[in-house]
Amino acid sequence: MTVTTALPSFDEAIATYEPVMGMEVHVELGTATKMFCGCSTAFGAEPNSQTCPTCLGLPGSLPVVNKIAVESAIRIGLALNCSIAEWCRFARKNYFYPDMPKNFQTSQYDEPIAFDGYMDVTVDGVEYRIGIERAHMEEDTGKSLHVGGATGRIHGASHSLLDYNRSGIPLIEIVTKPIEVPAEVAPAVARAYVTELRELIRALGVSEARMELGQMRCDANVSLRLPDAPFGTRTETKNVNSLRSVERAVTYEIRRQAAVISSGGTIVQETRHWHEDTGETTSGRVKEEAEDYRYFPEPDLVPIAPAREWVDELRATLPEPPAVRRARLQEAWGFTDLEMRDVVNAGALSLVFDTVAEGASAGGAKKWWLGEVARVANERGVSLEDAGISVADVTRVEALIAEGSLNDKLARQVVEGVLAGEGTPDEVVAARGLVLVNDDAALGAAVDDAIAAQPDVAEKIRGGNLGAVGALIGAIMKATKGQADAKRARALILERLQ
Amino acid sequence: MNSLTRAKASELAAAIKQGEVSAVEVAQAHLDRIAEVDGTAEAGVHAFLHVDAESALAAAAVVDQRRAEGDELGPLAGVPLALKDVIVTADMPTTAGSKILEGWRPPYDATITTRMREAGIVILGKTNLDEFAMGSSTENSAFGTTRNPWDLTRIPGGSGGGSAAALAAFEAPLAIGTDTGGSIRQPAAVTGTVGIKPTYGGVSRYGLIACASSLDQAGPCARTVLDAALLHTVIAGHDPLDSTSIAQPVPDVVGAARRGAEGDLTGLRVGVVKELGGEGYQAGVEARFNDAVALLSKLGAEVVEVSCPHFTYGLAAYYLILPSEVSSNLARFDAMRYGLRVGDDGSRSAEEVMSLTRGAGFGAEAKRRIMLGTYALSSGYYDAYYGQAQKVRTLIARDFEAAFAQVDVLVSPTTPTTAFPIGEKVDDPLAMYMNDLCTIPSNLAGNASASFPVGLADEDGLPVGLHVMAPVLADDRLYLVGAAVESAYAAQWGGTLLEQAPALEGIH
Ligand SMILES: [Zn+2]
Repeated sequence: MTVTTALPSFDEAIATYEPVMGMEVHVELGTATKMFCGCSTAFGAEPNSQTCPTCLGLPGSLPVVNKIAVESAIRIGLALNCSIAEWCRFARKNYFYPDMPKNFQTSQYDEPIAFDGYMDVTVDGVEYRIGIERAHMEEDTGKSLHVGGATGRIHGASHSLLDYNRSGIPLIEIVTKPIEVPAEVAPAVARAYVTELRELIRALGVSEARMELGQMRCDANVSLRLPDAPFGTRTETKNVNSLRSVERAVTYEIRRQAAVISSGGTIVQETRHWHEDTGETTSGRVKEEAEDYRYFPEPDLVPIAPAREWVDELRATLPEPPAVRRARLQEAWGFTDLEMRDVVNAGALSLVFDTVAEGASAGGAKKWWLGEVARVANERGVSLEDAGISVADVTRVEALIAEGSLNDKLARQVVEGVLAGEGTPDEVVAARGLVLVNDDAALGAAVDDAIAAQPDVAEKIRGGNLGAVGALIGAIMKATKGQADAKRARALILERLQ
Repeated sequence: MNSLTRAKASELAAAIKQGEVSAVEVAQAHLDRIAEVDGTAEAGVHAFLHVDAESALAAAAVVDQRRAEGDELGPLAGVPLALKDVIVTADMPTTAGSKILEGWRPPYDATITTRMREAGIVILGKTNLDEFAMGSSTENSAFGTTRNPWDLTRIPGGSGGGSAAALAAFEAPLAIGTDTGGSIRQPAAVTGTVGIKPTYGGVSRYGLIACASSLDQAGPCARTVLDAALLHTVIAGHDPLDSTSIAQPVPDVVGAARRGAEGDLTGLRVGVVKELGGEGYQAGVEARFNDAVALLSKLGAEVVEVSCPHFTYGLAAYYLILPSEVSSNLARFDAMRYGLRVGDDGSRSAEEVMSLTRGAGFGAEAKRRIMLGTYALSSGYYDAYYGQAQKVRTLIARDFEAAFAQVDVLVSPTTPTTAFPIGEKVDDPLAMYMNDLCTIPSNLAGNASASFPVGLADEDGLPVGLHVMAPVLADDRLYLVGAAVESAYAAQWGGTLLEQAPALEGIH
C-alpha cells in the first residue's frame, strides 16, 4: 500500500506503537580462499579471473569445506556466547538466479554451527542484551552488472554481465532473536548492535567487516505492535550498509509502519529496499511471491562435527571482548566517555589504536582521524581507511609535531596534502616548503621586526603586561606565513623585553 | 574379427608390455571394430556418442614411447576403454546424454579420467546413456538408443547401456559406468558382462555429472572379473576433491579376483535375499539364478536364506530421494554459462531464456523427475516424502547390517527380466523402474555390489546376471565370488558367456 500522507514523527510513532526488531548480518570472511574451493578471495581482481569448476558450478564439480572458514565461524559463535553444534550439516537453498551458478546456495538451514548466544551493547550508558538466534555458514553469490539501464538496475538494461569472482566467498550470517527494547532507543540499539558486532568481528581478525565494501551487510527486520500485543507483521529492509543507515532505516520503518497502521492499513510481509539518498524504504518482494527454497541436506558434503577439544582450543584464542577492551583503552588513552564514544561511532577505534601503537599520542591520533580525515572522508563518501592517509602517515605527522618541525597549523596543511594525494607527510613538507621557523637567527629577525613595528606593545610588555605578547606573536606568524614556532618566538620576545 | 578385440584387458596389457603388439595397433584394432559395428543412431550398436581416434592413437603412442624408453608400464597401460559420457573429459565433449549439454567441452578432467590417463589407459570415446543417467534402457538418451549386441532389437540396459554394449560388441575391453540405482549392474546383466558398483565413496565423484549425489557411484565394467579388478584399482582411492570419498586403503580386489579364480569358496557364507525373487521374475532368470546359487554351494560356500524386510520399500524411497536430488542438481542447466541457450533474441529476460532452454533441453524423464523432486522437497511435503524416504533408507541400511552379521555376501538376480524389446516400456515408467528393484537397496545403503554373467535364459536365450552384495568397503568379496563363478562357468562353457553371443559383422 502506498502512503501519500506525511509520516508521523518518530516520537509520534512510538507514542502509540512499540517496535520489535530483528537483525540479520552477513559477514564476508577474510579467508585466503573460498568456502568450497581453492580460488582466491582477493578483492578487485579482473572479472571471472578467480574461478574454477566448483565456484562456477560446472557439471561434475564438487565442494570441499574450507577449514579456516569453519574455524572462523566457531570463533564468531563463541565470541557471541553461542553453543557450538556437536554435529551439523550444510543444506541446499534452491532458487534460480543468474548470479548463482548452481541455482542453489550451499548454506545451513536447521542445523547451524552456532546457536543461542547473546551480545551486550550500551546506549547512553544503559546496557541492553541482544539475543543471538544463530550464526551459520554459507557461500556468497556472484555479481550481476546490468548494462544499458539508467542506474545499474535490471529494469531498462540492455544486457547483463556476470562476475563470479565473489561466487563461493565464505559468509557467516548472524541472526538475532527479536529485539525488544524501549521504543525511544530502538534505532540507536540497532546501530549499537551492528557497531559492536563489527568491532567484535574485527577484533577476532576474521574479517575487516568494511560495510562500504560489502564485507558486512545488514538486513533490518522491523514490526510494530501495541503495548502487550503479539508481534505485528514484519518487513525486512535489505542491504542497509552503513552504521548511520541502520539507525535511519529502522527509524524510517517505524514511522512508515505507524502511518500505515494508524490510517487503517495493514503491513504486508515483504522485503524492502533502503535508499540512502532519500532516507526511505520502498517495497520489494512480497512474501506471497517469495520462493519455497526446498532446503535439504547437502549430499555432496559430509556433516561437520567439531571436536570439543578443538572448540576449547578456539575458545582460548578469543580476544578480549570489545567492551572490556574499550574500557581498558579509554583508561590508557585518558579519554572521557564522550570522547571514547565519538571514536567508536566514527569507526576509528582500530585506526586510533594502530596509530597509538606506532608511537603517536592518543589525543593526537584522535584529533586527526576524527577531524581532518573524517571531514575529507565524509566529503568523498568513503571510509576513514579509504580517505587516502595511512596509519603510518598520521603517526609521522604526530612525530613531526613532537620533534618541533611542525606546529598545529602546518601539520593540518601536511595532512591536507597527504589526503589530496601529494605523497607522504615528508614529501608534502618538502614540496610545500612547510618548515617551522625556529632557529634563533631567522626567528630573531622576525621578532626584532615585530618589536620595531609595534613599539607601544613592546612598552606594555616591558611594563609587565605579558598578555600583550600575543599581539607580537600574531605579527610574527603573519610575517612567517604561519611557519614560526610560536613557543620559541615567545621566548625570544621575553628575552629581549624583560 | 581381430583377435586383439576379443582379448582380455590383462592379456592386452601383458602383450604390450612384452612388445608383442604396440598400443597403437591395439587402439587401431578397436577403432576399426567400432567403425565396423557401432553404426549410428539409426542402425548398429550405437554404443558411442563420440569417438576420438586421434586422441586415442596419440595416448597409445605415448604408451609405446614410454615402453621404448624403458619405463615400467602399469597393469593396464595401452588398454582401450569406453567412457560413459557422464564423466567429464577436457579433450572430448561431454553431454550426459542430454540435448542441454550438446557440444559442451568441459574445461577439466574428472579425477578418474586423470587417473586412467596416468595409468596409460587409452580412452576411445564417450558412450551413450539415458539422459543424466536416468533410465534403464538408454531410450532416454537425447541421441538415440543403444542396441543390445545379443539382439539389436532389444535394450542394452541403462543408464550405462553404451558402456555395456561396447564391451559385449568387442568395441572395447574395458568401460566405465556410473551406478545410481543399478546403471552399471543392470546393463551388465542384460549384456552378459561384468559390472561393479564399488562402495559409495570408494571411487571419486569429482567430474561425474551428478544425477543423485548421495547415490551416484562410478565403477569398472569389463568382460572378465580380473579385468574389472585391475580397472577398479586404477580408479579407486581417496580424492581430496570429493568430500564424500573414503580416506581408507582400497580393498585388494585384484588379489581377491585371483584367489576366487581358484574356485574354492569353502567357508564363505552366502545369503539369498528372500524378498528379491518370486512373483514378477522371469522364469529363465530365476532358473539361472538358482543354478548359480547351487554352483556357489558346490564351490564350498554355505548358502542360507536371509530376510531383508525393508528392501520392499526401497523402490518407493529411491523414487523420492533420487528425484529430490536431481531437481537440485539439474538446476544449474540454465543457459547462462554453458550448453544450450534457447530464445535469447534480446527481447526476453534471463528468466524466460532459462525457462525456454530447460523446456527444450531436457527430455521427458528428466522433466518428470525434476517435477517429482521439486514436489517432494516443497514446504509442507518435505517430511512426508523426502524425510520419510530417508528413514526408509536408514532401515534398509540396518537390514544390510543385520544380514551381514550372518553372512559374508548376499545374492539375488540382478534384474527381474532379461533384455526387453526396445520401445516396450517407454510409455510405462513404473514398469521401467521395476528393473532396478534388486539393485536399488545397495545404492540406498552405500554398500558394494556387482553383477556377473551366469548363463542364458531358456525362453529367450538372453544373458542373466547374478547380483552379489557385500558390506561397505568389502568390495574384494564381490571379486572373490565373481571370479569363482566365472572360472567354474568358463570350464563348463569353454570360455566367457560372450563367446556365445551372435557375431556382429559389417553393420553400416
Ligand atoms: Zn573456485
